[in-house]
Amino acid sequence: MTTEHPILETRDVTIRFGGHVAVDHVSCAFPRGTLTAIVGPNGAGKTTYFNLISGQLKATSGQVLLNGADITRASVPERTARGIGRAFQLTNLFPSLSVRENVRLVAQAKAGKGFDMFSMADSHIELIERAEHVLAEVRLLDDGDRIVSALSHGDQRKLEVALLIALGPQVLMFDEPTAGMSVDEVPVILDLIRTLKQDMDRTILLVEHKMDVIRSLADRIIVLHNGALVAEGEPAAVIAMPIVQEAYLGKVPEAAQ
Amino acid sequence: MLKRLLSGDTPRSPVLTALLLVILLTLAFAPFLLPGTKSLETAARICIFIVLVASYDLLLGYAGIVSFAHTMFFGIGAYGTALALSSTGPSFLSIVWGSAAGALVAALFALAIGLFSLRVKAIFFAMVTLAVASAFAVLVSQMSWLTGGEDGLNYKIPRELTPAFKLFSAKIFGTSVNGKVLSYYLVFTVALCLFLMLLRVVNSPFGRTLQAVRDNDFRAEAIGYRVVWYRTTATVMSAVVAALAGSLLAVWLRYTGPATTLSMEIMIDILLMVVIGGMGTMYGAVLGATLFILAQTYLQGLMGAASSAISAVPVVSDLIAADRWLLWLGVLFILSVYFFPTGIVGRLRKARA
Repeated sequence: MTTEHPILETRDVTIRFGGHVAVDHVSCAFPRGTLTAIVGPNGAGKTTYFNLISGQLKATSGQVLLNGADITRASVPERTARGIGRAFQLTNLFPSLSVRENVRLVAQAKAGKGFDMFSMADSHIELIERAEHVLAEVRLLDDGDRIVSALSHGDQRKLEVALLIALGPQVLMFDEPTAGMSVDEVPVILDLIRTLKQDMDRTILLVEHKMDVIRSLADRIIVLHNGALVAEGEPAAVIAMPIVQEAYLGKVPEAAQ
Repeated sequence: MLKRLLSGDTPRSPVLTALLLVILLTLAFAPFLLPGTKSLETAARICIFIVLVASYDLLLGYAGIVSFAHTMFFGIGAYGTALALSSTGPSFLSIVWGSAAGALVAALFALAIGLFSLRVKAIFFAMVTLAVASAFAVLVSQMSWLTGGEDGLNYKIPRELTPAFKLFSAKIFGTSVNGKVLSYYLVFTVALCLFLMLLRVVNSPFGRTLQAVRDNDFRAEAIGYRVVWYRTTATVMSAVVAALAGSLLAVWLRYTGPATTLSMEIMIDILLMVVIGGMGTMYGAVLGATLFILAQTYLQGLMGAASSAISAVPVVSDLIAADRWLLWLGVLFILSVYFFPTGIVGRLRKARA
């Protein structure tokens, strides 16, 4: 086994939009099996940094490495196939399809059956079973037949996480997974993330604003500010840093989120 | 068994089931049920358009791709078969190789257009197909040494498919089973097979992926589907089926010209049939094509009769004069889109739920 490389690494990764540098020479390694929280004020470049890792944006300069292999130029589906999976901040589902079908499509993608044209989709029982299994984990099993666009916001967030679980990637990226969820639904998602990290030894990147969530989950925090990485380390130490107090906690009151 | 044949995609509405059965049975026994050549012509036209419209539904309703080149592919199939029949003689072999060649050319065209323009915004693809289809139509009308230009091509088909050929001398229900009837059954059988094949494709893992791509291509990529390839494959498949429908038309009509295959009017008709029937349902193609062609064929006559019956009433009789039929078709279309935005099939299914 080659455990030399961190599972994911960015080296001087930078992206410019015209004159604006949205992510500025960010170098960071994510060791296998850890959960890293990415914090920073709105507009700090957290979601852009995510986009550079999962491939929706391509870096202007610098590199993204997965298991030591350069994936800077790889397309989104290629990165997905190599083991990067992402849940999105703004819910990003297949709205006219049923809840079960959303998850089944992920299982189908993973099984590589997308181009199978002459069998009936519903005859692939194992994919449906996989979907039901994941739906049970996020407590959406009873809503399997519902059309996604009719779901509550909280349930859509759960489904968003379900798609990621069904994909089962090595690196899981959560972009504010609990945003807009009701208080009693939040622990369900947090427990799921905890399980993924501990029992399945997955590497997790988490953009999150709620400090209590970060304290309870993260092994490590990195702080982005104006696109640059300004601090990284143990949660307690990072939260105590003056720059974090000023740049992050000072500017973004909890209530505004 | 029946469920497998329909790929598990049943009509899911009693009224829809009944309508589809009536259409299927009428088309299946058309030569014996309906008197006269005109009604047989209409029945064959309905069969061919069901396939053509269903293949467009694969693109528009399932993959969410707007194309204006569907009649081009239809025309490529028709001209392929027409050229084969006129160059290598009226044999079944000519039909087979002509149709295969037409389908192949259509597939290559679709592949090229798809890879070239499906990467970018949907509107760009629509524009490219419009440009290519217009250029193709001009090209066909200019290359008259090959295509017969605006006059099109007249050719012979195998004798077994012409009215002169009698399968046996006895009559069934007063209809002699001649080559025209055989020709009709060729059209009917191929159309039915192609329709069932499309129904399978849209209910396959591939068809489901197309729906995911239509709903949210961004997310489809993020769960690992290469969206461009799925869109291109759908375009190619729909082009091939459209070309085969064109071949059927070429054999049935014994004539192929720009007006019967390539015109923008037909393209718009196809769009209307998909929308009236119900996008993304396949069965919508059956209802849309049937109703539209019936209206196209009989509305004019019906209105003429009604107009002369009430010729004493001044304004109203003018309004329903025979040559106003397009106006009323337009009104029908607007009303149907307004009241049934999900098409007839969508409406019928909702009524049950």
